[in-house]
Amino acid sequence: MSVNSGLAARAGGLVAAAAAAIAFPYVFTNPVVTNYGVYAMIFVAVVSAWNIFSGYSGYISLGHAVFFGSGAYAAGIACRDWHIQGEEIFAMLPLAAATGAVIAVPFGLVALRVRRHTFIVITIAFFFIFQLMAYNFSFTGGSTGVAAPFLTWPAQTYNNPFYFMALATAAATIALSWLIRRSRFGLQLRAIRDDEDRARGLGVRPMRVKLSAFVLSAAITALAGGIWFYYLTQVQPPSGFDPLFDLTVVLMAFLGGFGSVAGPVLGALVIEPGQLWLTARYTNDYLAEILLGALFLVVVLFLPRGVIPTGSELITKLRTRGRPAVIPATAIARQETDAPAGSGASSGGLK
Amino acid sequence: MARQIYEAIADGILVGGVYALMAVGLTLIFGVLDIINIAQGVLVILGAYLSYSLSTKMHIDLFVGLLITIPAMFVIGTAVHWLFIRRLRDRERVSMTLLVTYAVALIIEGILYAVYGPNYVELNASYVTSSVHLLGFYLPYIYIYGFILAVVLVVALYLLLYRSRFGRSVRATMQDETAARLVGIDVNRVSAITFGIGVAVTAVGGMVYGATSGGFNPNSGYDLISRLLAIVILGGLGSIGGALAASVFMLTLESLVDIWSPNWAIVVFYAALVLVLVIRPTGFLGRKAVRAQ
Amino acid sequence: MTALLAATGVSKAYGGVQALAGATIEVEEGSIAGLIGPNGSGKTTLFNVITGYERADSGHVSFAGKPITNKGPDKVFGAGIGRTFQLTRIFARLTVLENMLVAAQHKRGNQRRRALELLEFVGIEGHAGLLAGSLSYGQRKLLELAYVLVADPAMILLDEPAGGVNPTLVNHIAERIREQNAQGKTFLIVEHNMEFVMGLCSIVSVLESGTCVASGPPDIIRTDKRVLDAYLGADLDEDESQDENAGASTVTTDVKDGDDDHASE
Repeated sequence: MSVNSGLAARAGGLVAAAAAAIAFPYVFTNPVVTNYGVYAMIFVAVVSAWNIFSGYSGYISLGHAVFFGSGAYAAGIACRDWHIQGEEIFAMLPLAAATGAVIAVPFGLVALRVRRHTFIVITIAFFFIFQLMAYNFSFTGGSTGVAAPFLTWPAQTYNNPFYFMALATAAATIALSWLIRRSRFGLQLRAIRDDEDRARGLGVRPMRVKLSAFVLSAAITALAGGIWFYYLTQVQPPSGFDPLFDLTVVLMAFLGGFGSVAGPVLGALVIEPGQLWLTARYTNDYLAEILLGALFLVVVLFLPRGVIPTGSELITKLRTRGRPAVIPATAIARQETDAPAGSGASSGGLK
Repeated sequence: MARQIYEAIADGILVGGVYALMAVGLTLIFGVLDIINIAQGVLVILGAYLSYSLSTKMHIDLFVGLLITIPAMFVIGTAVHWLFIRRLRDRERVSMTLLVTYAVALIIEGILYAVYGPNYVELNASYVTSSVHLLGFYLPYIYIYGFILAVVLVVALYLLLYRSRFGRSVRATMQDETAARLVGIDVNRVSAITFGIGVAVTAVGGMVYGATSGGFNPNSGYDLISRLLAIVILGGLGSIGGALAASVFMLTLESLVDIWSPNWAIVVFYAALVLVLVIRPTGFLGRKAVRAQ
Repeated sequence: MTALLAATGVSKAYGGVQALAGATIEVEEGSIAGLIGPNGSGKTTLFNVITGYERADSGHVSFAGKPITNKGPDKVFGAGIGRTFQLTRIFARLTVLENMLVAAQHKRGNQRRRALELLEFVGIEGHAGLLAGSLSYGQRKLLELAYVLVADPAMILLDEPAGGVNPTLVNHIAERIREQNAQGKTFLIVEHNMEFVMGLCSIVSVLESGTCVASGPPDIIRTDKRVLDAYLGADLDEDESQDENAGASTVTTDVKDGDDDHASE
């Protein structure tokens, strides 16, 4: 299969997917359905953003809810205190993103100095700190939280602008994720993931690289939080800083394939609608909690590399049954498919 | 004011003793298995609920009920280990098990909600509400009994670890798993039993917590795990003495801050956690450094 | 006679173990220097201290006249020193080419061409697109050599480049080192493979119990009493240590195996 036809197929697939995504609310005009779309797109953005940091660097963050909630609260407090109404509220979204970025700097400077597992614990601690602050500070409205101004849009197509906003954010994040992966910056991140000390010994500046990814990831997550807040028109401490949020994000990332560009997208598209559907049908979310935990265990224990990579590995295994295995990683210019002994042309005795 | 402070200190020490028991379990698990068991908080709550059921449905005394709940929690602990943790062997084990135990915690919390509902409950007994008048203070009996029991159990754990063959195996595994295997120690068995012990102590912690917390529900696990994490990290992951000292210290500190602001008292734990991890990642008393990935 | 790298009086202890006790070594610019010594003598520790992976308790390290003592690995790398590791450290989940690019990332412009050239130089260019984790042990050694070169350092520290590798490959590696040296690169090599070291290095230093006990051209070193003492223990027959013919070389060859066969060939 030549490189060109592979690229053409992929490009074609992308165009088709984009077209489908754009056409979605016009084909399925029922607001109940487009509601799924809004949430799905928000989470595609969130999980892709999470992946830009955690997936590439290997530092698993269980504290991204901090940014999501902060973005929501920032948008809400700005509208409330500056008396912003109508469609102008969306002008506050960049503020939400900026809030996430600003919080990420001290957060990252503290948290990124330690080893991976301690990092996870610190992100959990920060999460609880922020939830506590949301409950106890007056400017966050305490347990009541903050409400968004109402929009006088027609009910039938109310969801659509939100859908497109979320879609745009998601698309931009995916593009960014893809660009980063191919860039020098992305390479440094992934090297850090494999062997941080070795990377440092080769001139990579780990703190700088990690912090940049962290801040970027935070800004996007906060932006998504802002969109979510406007859509839901309210935020309270348990919803803005939801202990299940991060585990859900991690599950989506793992399900689709940890550390890849498409993986988080697929994970979000599969799980988010499922989760919504479940909570709609069964009014208590205890079941959701149990199922989330159980699904998570299944994925982590049995499909640690995600459904997509494991699936494609299985397919490769089936296809190459009986033939000597050569495992290509990416299609790069000079890839000689030698016998497994490797190229012995220019030197003798390579094992 | 001074009286309040003395009372707070006394309370802090007594409660600290009980938290020490739960923290020791957590730190032991990390020391031997390299696992940060996030589920420890909700397991304490599970222990509390078990005591609650025994007490209200079958009218078994809280302390007597421990004879049932301790083995029960031990079994649950070994089951969790056998089902979920045993499989994780690759190099990102610590991060992965953290996620796994988080998931297990969610499942247990969900089950507790389903079985007991979201309402706050309390453990009651005669000695919960009555106190002894000592040196001008009122010290609730339950705190004293709980503290004594905690001391007894910590001593028992110490004897187990340092005076028994099994304890030797545990300590060997803590120091070097490969070397332990080489001398014939069944690391899987040691791990499973250690995990079981680490969880079994939550039965005691749960009972005392349930009696002294002023009400708990399935959601209370989060507060608990925050404190426990801070305690074991402060004391040094893997250090039992450290867990003990840190428990008493932190609970006393919280007790003091509580006088001034109940809402923010728990922040001392978060602040301590962050501070320690930034300044001295090995904790103040930890002999064992936080292991590299 | 300019010393490019000079480590003076370096000491380092781990708990109760004194790994380095005032070790001193100098490497001339443009030379290939060897560092040998029995197991536990502190060779890798010295490497770690020089390249900034560990802190020295005392002593100085300077490179091209500038002090680099206790600077972090990224600073040492930036100063122009590259190193490899005894147990190969590669980025397993990146492709071979990507491994090269990480090492080249601080250089401007597109380094792909150069990376591929170096891969060809060591002989594994066919694996450029494969995940580094799928390489065999010998191939990983070559990859390490390649990516330490891609940053174009002035000096390279190699930690057991021939360890665990078959003889043909060992020669291949030695050839590559000579070629790079001919282009002006300075090398300091830790090795147990005596043939390799004696055949390649112009000057050899011997480390024992954390100090440098001898330093000189290979021929002198291989018969030096102190060196033999270091490897074999102090009581050695006077006659055998005076033996200057090929027989003596067996004594110092591959002592790692605990071989105390004194018989001449």
